[in-house]
Amino acid sequence: MPEAKSFPLPSDLKVVPGTEAAQASYPYYTQFVPEDDQKFWFYNSMHFPEPMHHFDMITAEAAYVALGAFNTRVHVLPTAKGIEHRVINGRVYIGGVAVTDPAEIGERVEQFQQRAFYYYEHWEKLYDQWKVKMKTLIADAQALPKPSLPDYEPIETTHTGKGVASNHALLDIYQKQVEGYHRMWHHHFEFLLLGYGAYMTFFDFCKKAFPEISDQAISRMVAGMEAEIFRPDEEVKRLARRAVELGVDRHFTDGMNIDQVLAELEAVGNAGKEWLGELETSRNPWFNVSSGDGFYHYHRSWNDDLSLPFAALPGYIDKIKSGANIERPTEQLISEREQLVADYRELLDTDEDRATYDQLIGLAHRVFPYVEGHKFYCEHWYTNLFFNKIREFGALLRDHGFWEREEDVFHLTQYEVESAIIDLMLSWGIGAPPRGPQHWPAIVAQRKAAIEEWGKHPTSPALGAVPDVIDDPAIVMLWGITRDNLDSWLSDGDEDSNELKGFAACSGVVEGTARIVKSVEEIGRLQQGDILVCQVTNPTWSPIFQKISAAVSDIGGSMSHMAIVAREYGLPAVVGTGKATQRIKDGQRIRVDGGRGVVTILEDEPVLEEV
Amino acid sequence: MTAVSWFREVGIADRPTVGGKGGSLGELTNAGIAVPPGFVVTTHGFELFLEALEAREPVRSKVEALDPHDLGAATKLSEELRRRVIEEPMPADVEQAIRAAHAELCPNAEPVAVRSSATTEDAEDASFAGLQDTFLWVLDADQMVAKVRECWGSLYSVESMTYRLKHSFPEAGVAMAVVVQQMVDAMCAGVMFTRSPTTGDKSVITIEGAWGLGSAVVSGEVTPDRWVLGKITGEISVRDISDKHARQVPAPGGGIEEIANEAVIANQPCLTDDQLMALREVGRKIERHYGKPQDIEWALDEHGNVFLLQSRPETVWSAKDAAAPVKPTEDNPLKHVMSIFGGRK
Repeated sequence: MPEAKSFPLPSDLKVVPGTEAAQASYPYYTQFVPEDDQKFWFYNSMHFPEPMHHFDMITAEAAYVALGAFNTRVHVLPTAKGIEHRVINGRVYIGGVAVTDPAEIGERVEQFQQRAFYYYEHWEKLYDQWKVKMKTLIADAQALPKPSLPDYEPIETTHTGKGVASNHALLDIYQKQVEGYHRMWHHHFEFLLLGYGAYMTFFDFCKKAFPEISDQAISRMVAGMEAEIFRPDEEVKRLARRAVELGVDRHFTDGMNIDQVLAELEAVGNAGKEWLGELETSRNPWFNVSSGDGFYHYHRSWNDDLSLPFAALPGYIDKIKSGANIERPTEQLISEREQLVADYRELLDTDEDRATYDQLIGLAHRVFPYVEGHKFYCEHWYTNLFFNKIREFGALLRDHGFWEREEDVFHLTQYEVESAIIDLMLSWGIGAPPRGPQHWPAIVAQRKAAIEEWGKHPTSPALGAVPDVIDDPAIVMLWGITRDNLDSWLSDGDEDSNELKGFAACSGVVEGTARIVKSVEEIGRLQQGDILVCQVTNPTWSPIFQKISAAVSDIGGSMSHMAIVAREYGLPAVVGTGKATQRIKDGQRIRVDGGRGVVTILEDEPVLEEV
Repeated sequence: MTAVSWFREVGIADRPTVGGKGGSLGELTNAGIAVPPGFVVTTHGFELFLEALEAREPVRSKVEALDPHDLGAATKLSEELRRRVIEEPMPADVEQAIRAAHAELCPNAEPVAVRSSATTEDAEDASFAGLQDTFLWVLDADQMVAKVRECWGSLYSVESMTYRLKHSFPEAGVAMAVVVQQMVDAMCAGVMFTRSPTTGDKSVITIEGAWGLGSAVVSGEVTPDRWVLGKITGEISVRDISDKHARQVPAPGGGIEEIANEAVIANQPCLTDDQLMALREVGRKIERHYGKPQDIEWALDEHGNVFLLQSRPETVWSAKDAAAPVKPTEDNPLKHVMSIFGGRK
């Protein structure tokens, strides 16, 4: 028998020379230890595709605290507990904790049915309640004051007998913000696994009944129509329409200077002011979409940088003026979805199957609004507020000489930030200089260099022995990792091929020029008809889908943002190719076959003459 | 009862007189599917002819008297009866009816296909029984009549006669209908299954096709292009474009011949995506009409119009349908989620 291929062990991974100190400053419980060699780990490139700033590890930590609690102790998933995580060279590896003892599984099944079924039975009521909780949490975060230190305490402190000085507020704000962030993740996982589970149940049924059905066909049967992820783009369309209605559309041109446009609108009278009012309505809350998935501080929102929504305005305005309908045809989408559900139902052989199908699609439709909608509140809106609050601390500490740039705060762990805040609190109280300005700049520089270095070193997609089956519903649902995927990762040594495979996200075949867009700042390089090749997209990117002819991503499954939006726009798309941004070169001609999930690099192939 | 029936006059229920193929083409025509026009020489036409033969010298009693294991005797009788079917005069009214129908079908001397259309399901399945004659690109009325006779004659092939004797089919019920249909000078042609031949999945349509007449695909002489389409969604999940080295085309003097494909078209897909979608629409329409998955032969003419040449119910997977539910029902529907959360059994 040929020797089975396997992934390296955690102990085989070496810290990149020169970055040892940066590695050591991640929390001790995230460092690999020798016992970890016994376990299977995979690189969570879906959520953490880039080396982690030390502060940003809170996004992993808080998420796994909450995910674990809900899987292990709240919903009591029968076969899986939480997710362990480790970080090495800035890369986050994760591994599930399976329950294998049949007696324990039996006990957990009983618990699970009492708890999860209660959620399913009361889904709508609990989800309404969830939205109230989330909005309260967001309001609480918005109400947190900007941290600042006056020279002397305001006289009100004396007159009201407040008895607490301003330096205490720094700790209070910081801890409340960190507490709120953790709480947000608990809310996030209150419904998520149950929602995905109900969807997966329908998915499995369809795969059994229709062995060759595509993932995207199933997604289309379940997709919600009022999902929050479409809303930011809808708001841009609305603003374009209002600009035309108010007669201020001439101010929006390609390559416009946004500040200048805003100033002009302020100056041109009521119509301009009215449009600016509309902009404010859209911004709060819908422009709180992050340009990333909410796991990196440098993924900013539209509110932080208006260039993306503004870049889409001239195109929408042109379409409106030429009489084109840019409205999202919700009613048509709903009737198409219903037709799809009915057409597949008709293919089933028995009444029994049709009854089960009705139950499963019914449950999937009930739970799905949460699955699609939660991200806007959690990963986008709240996360944005969170990072911006930390940025305020970054600015305050910068002003006190701790470092040069506001953003440098993200090179500290969350615990180190708290200690820097305490340092400043002490200094303000004592009336002596803080120690930070001597302590942090060298560390910041060292970690900055480490992250840059780590980014140059690719890392193994998985570590340790491959399990026979992956029976952790969380890992299958959230990461799409199955035994088949792992086998293909192992056999994936062939770099010569011109073909890349991924998930078929939206069918159609298109040839065109590849435009590698590594960050939201590069979106302006896209020309009409280009094929977008990127690591991952999110709702921020929606407005550019009107411009491109196809889309390819490194990361994502059939329910990823790009897949959902591509289907909306009928845009051929292949997601989750793993390495499109590395293998395809900017400007190369490529062919995207969205029905098969294949991207072909055409560069060296002769172009067939048109007959 | 007439010797000739037009497609539009018959349906699947007329199988005993027009055969399976003729009935199906009539059914499709009446369902509004684009079928090349044609008529059926009914079993009644055959029986009138057979009566004329019997009047001169026995036919059926000779077959019944045959020892199916005596290959020499069977061969001799087959030669004799087939010669008689081909050479002896036809009742004038039968021949006139066939020629009149042909003249109406082909006002501009359009070429036709002449195909046997068996009346029993057994005979249709038993292709080895030699009842599946097809003559393509038949140019004129004389040739057409000759080919009708050949189809009739195939009832007296050695295989056919011995098959009937071994299965004790009464000779009195043996009859043959013949389909005469305008030919499509196919740019490309092939077959379509309205389910997956590999998994039985009813949500996909499999299309195979190659350049030229469909006979090359059906006979397996050319590896066809192959596509798998979502029946409902139209997604194209498989595109296997093969090296189609040759195609079958009409021969100058009638019949067909094989010619090599130019390199430039050999590796080109023979159907565009729009054409695939048009075929899918037709496939769905036929499937809905019959209420079950179909095995279809199709052709595209030079203008890209889709024509249906044949449609039969799919038999392999349909025998397995409804054998077991996809998933057993649950008293509490929520228990279905345990298949995800409960772990693999």
